[in-house]
Amino acid sequence: MTLLDAVLFLPLIGFLLLLLIPKSNPGLSRMAALVISLVIFVISLGLASGLSPDGYAFVHDSEWITSPPIRYHVGLDGLSLWLVILTTLLTPISVLASWKHIDHRVKEFFAFLILLEFGLIGVFVSLDLFLFYVFWEVGLVPMYFLIGIWGHDRRIYAAVKFFIYTFTGSVLMLAAIIFLYTRAGTFDYTQIVAQLQSGRLAFSSQVEMILFLAFFIAFAIKVPLFPLHTWLPDAHVEAPTAGSIMLASVMLKMGTYGLVRFCLPLFPNAAHKSAPWVIALAVIGIIYGALVALVQPNMKKLVAYSSVSHLGFVVLGIFSFTQQGLDGAVYQMLNHGISTGALFLLVGYLYERRHSLEISAYGGVATPAPNLAIVFLIATLASVGLPMLNNFVGEYLVLQGASFSSFTATVFAAVGVILSACYMLWLYQRTFYGKPSESLSHHMPDLSGREWAAILPLLLLMLWMGTYTQTFLPSISAENTRILDMSKQRPAGSEVANAR
Amino acid sequence: MPANLFPTGVEYFRILPEMILTIAGVLVMFMEAVFTNDDQRKIFGPFSIVALLAALVASISAAGDPGAAFSNMLIIDGFASFFRVLVIGIGVIAILSSTEYLRREKSFGGEYYALIIFSIVGQCVMVTANELIMIFIGLEISSIASYVLAGYLRDDPRNNESALKYFLLGSFATAFLLYGVAWIYGLTGSTNLDHIRSALQTSTPPLALAGAAAALMFVGFGFKISAAPFQIWAPDVYQGAPAPVSGFLSVGPKAAAFAILLRVFMTAFGPIAARWEPIVWACALATMIVGNFAALQQSNIKRMLAYSSIAHAGYVLVAVTAHSSIGSAAAMFYLAAYAFTNLGAFAVVTYLSRRGERYVAIEDFAGLSQRQPAMAAMLTIFLLSLVGVPLTAGFFGKFYIFKAALDANLFWLTVLGLLNSAIAAYYYLRILVVMYFKDPGDSLDTLDAPGIGLKIAVYASALGTLLLGIFPGWVLDIATRAALK
Repeated sequence: MTLLDAVLFLPLIGFLLLLLIPKSNPGLSRMAALVISLVIFVISLGLASGLSPDGYAFVHDSEWITSPPIRYHVGLDGLSLWLVILTTLLTPISVLASWKHIDHRVKEFFAFLILLEFGLIGVFVSLDLFLFYVFWEVGLVPMYFLIGIWGHDRRIYAAVKFFIYTFTGSVLMLAAIIFLYTRAGTFDYTQIVAQLQSGRLAFSSQVEMILFLAFFIAFAIKVPLFPLHTWLPDAHVEAPTAGSIMLASVMLKMGTYGLVRFCLPLFPNAAHKSAPWVIALAVIGIIYGALVALVQPNMKKLVAYSSVSHLGFVVLGIFSFTQQGLDGAVYQMLNHGISTGALFLLVGYLYERRHSLEISAYGGVATPAPNLAIVFLIATLASVGLPMLNNFVGEYLVLQGASFSSFTATVFAAVGVILSACYMLWLYQRTFYGKPSESLSHHMPDLSGREWAAILPLLLLMLWMGTYTQTFLPSISAENTRILDMSKQRPAGSEVANAR
Repeated sequence: MPANLFPTGVEYFRILPEMILTIAGVLVMFMEAVFTNDDQRKIFGPFSIVALLAALVASISAAGDPGAAFSNMLIIDGFASFFRVLVIGIGVIAILSSTEYLRREKSFGGEYYALIIFSIVGQCVMVTANELIMIFIGLEISSIASYVLAGYLRDDPRNNESALKYFLLGSFATAFLLYGVAWIYGLTGSTNLDHIRSALQTSTPPLALAGAAAALMFVGFGFKISAAPFQIWAPDVYQGAPAPVSGFLSVGPKAAAFAILLRVFMTAFGPIAARWEPIVWACALATMIVGNFAALQQSNIKRMLAYSSIAHAGYVLVAVTAHSSIGSAAAMFYLAAYAFTNLGAFAVVTYLSRRGERYVAIEDFAGLSQRQPAMAAMLTIFLLSLVGVPLTAGFFGKFYIFKAALDANLFWLTVLGLLNSAIAAYYYLRILVVMYFKDPGDSLDTLDAPGIGLKIAVYASALGTLLLGIFPGWVLDIATRAALK
């Protein structure tokens, strides 16, 4: 029993506890969800101190199923640590965001939210491919319900689309995982990588490409990479605030995390070979997402498309195969989690006040609610990539890394940065400036204590991550060096000699 | 001429479950004639369950002493024992979910229980048979009881339609099977599976004729497992039959039919596997596709589950196509997983359909999660298992099947099968959508709390589904040891 086991399984225990709370007492469910998620967050901070300089920390490797040998093998490194903490941080924030907003079937809502946390943490710490797949799917179910029950008007369509898209991608990944097992004789990630590096396991370039694609498509759907992104705007717009926050901030990172953790080290030749195509798609996503965001009349949709654009940077960085590019990509995963999470939270605040997501329904909000306006401005500027704030660091590193591998792509990606300033600032201008209408000022109270509590940690992190990268980058970098080392191109093997 | 005409004691011991069940069935019919008032008749349910549990114990203890019985006509090996325990277990859950239904329909007859028991006897004979004639006898015992069960509520036209269709098409298919048996006997001079195997291995009778015989028998089995293109009957029968009977039909006779399909094709026709593999391959794919795509269109839950059960037969056929020891174990695990899942799902449907089965449209489930959250949660578990979401039995079932398929180098079948399961997710999700995302309609006002028997059936199935989904090892180990080589 390690600290990591505790962080992983506390959400599951919390979920069961929440189920025991009587339905008639929604206040208690809320409070319990907040306390549970805060406790998990505090405990998860302890993980940061225990990171091992070489390899995985908090490893727990024991048997789950004998035949085929499926192990409960979890561990933590610089790549997963921050994603786990991001998850545990955003869960209490999502609870706070839903405090008043969710007024029916309260207990179920918080139960699903905590169950979602379980799945997400599991994805980031699994070191067994099978276990990884299990958690990958486990996260899917609560999110499906969060969107479907508590979402907006077209929630059912969005929830089903979300589920089917992800599920289709993941069954292909499952086929590839099983195939890997039949060749390697194990599901264990570390063992498979060791076999690949020692040359005991090798694939012909054709087989490797097929396996790579099976993983890649599953992850690309989740990222989402253009042209597989179409589920995302629907899911975001229809999801309740907490759903959007968890979806954008953490769930999308499952995809990019998977690319870094699995696609690169397991199938380096195929990854290198397909890099130009992937980079092209990423750049298209950056520009396309930004252009579509520019013309959105709906705030949530705007932020959703901005995610498509921002995640394009992450993919660009990953497939540059450079230290800076990868560091920037991972840093950008966290940045996007924080700044887009904050934006969805703030859009949620606006929605709670006016019950509209249309930008045209607002205007001049800064006058009745100056604090909200300032907070929103900081989040906007962070998202745009203003120096001193978090996104700047990530975007800069990605662009620098990408420039080593493909300068043309970098130029186009940089255009995306400019466009992001256009759509975000324009959104801010239309929402917060101008003359407030008479009706608006009546329904526009400034931030409440609870709302401050939810947004403040994110604002502080934006500053922290933008000014003092030393806290985060060294551990990320160390892990990325290892991953790049594992991802060097290998001589392609003929069909495997290995025993089944 | 066999050496000893009279069976020994241990042979009786090996068929003790069948004997217990036959006597119990006859006793129920006898009591049916003696008991006149409805209070006395309440005993039938508990009595049948006790008899089934006794048979369960008998078959588990018989598994400890494997061997042949009755001059090699029956064989009690691990494979047979696994399926015998499975079908008897299915019987227990089926009866638990039936009692309330029968009370609701004001039909207290004992023959219902007797028929279920006889059907299980037939299935036990099927799975233990080592000889084509015994297989045929078992199949007939099981089928004839099933035909009657499908039309049990004789005043209901839907039941009549169901029974008639099942009977006509079923007997037609059985005729094919019998014809195939006759061919094989003519070719090899034996109906014993091992003899047929060695005849096909050594003396090589004309391959075309042996293949034709296998094809004829596959038609018969294909009907019983509702494999495309012999699946046409299934939706009509499952929709028309009483809900608990549909649940029983979709798992019990099907599991037994798969058992004999595996045994006949892997043992007797093992030597000509290269010939039948492509046919089963195509059949598996067609079955998955037909089942899943047709299920997408359904608005009646029983009909949808019928198509879904066709699709699931397709997945098991993938394991048959692999015709390996792993494939056989995967099929066994899958059938056990599917039994829990589908019995549970049909039990919930039984509960919700209410008197006269008026509420069987998917829309009637609207808002169930708010009126009966426990039942909705259980149905969710079953549906997620049918989708194949991890931590449920259905997931590991699919996982083992497709692993066996990849081991047998069936790449395309694996990919297409997995994509099929993604399509299937859509129609199962639709029920979740209705249960959780829609507001309850007025129809739910007449919904009473479930009775005790039904509750036990549902919770036991859910427990089984989750146990097999979280700790699949123990059943898989048994299946692996018992698998046909």
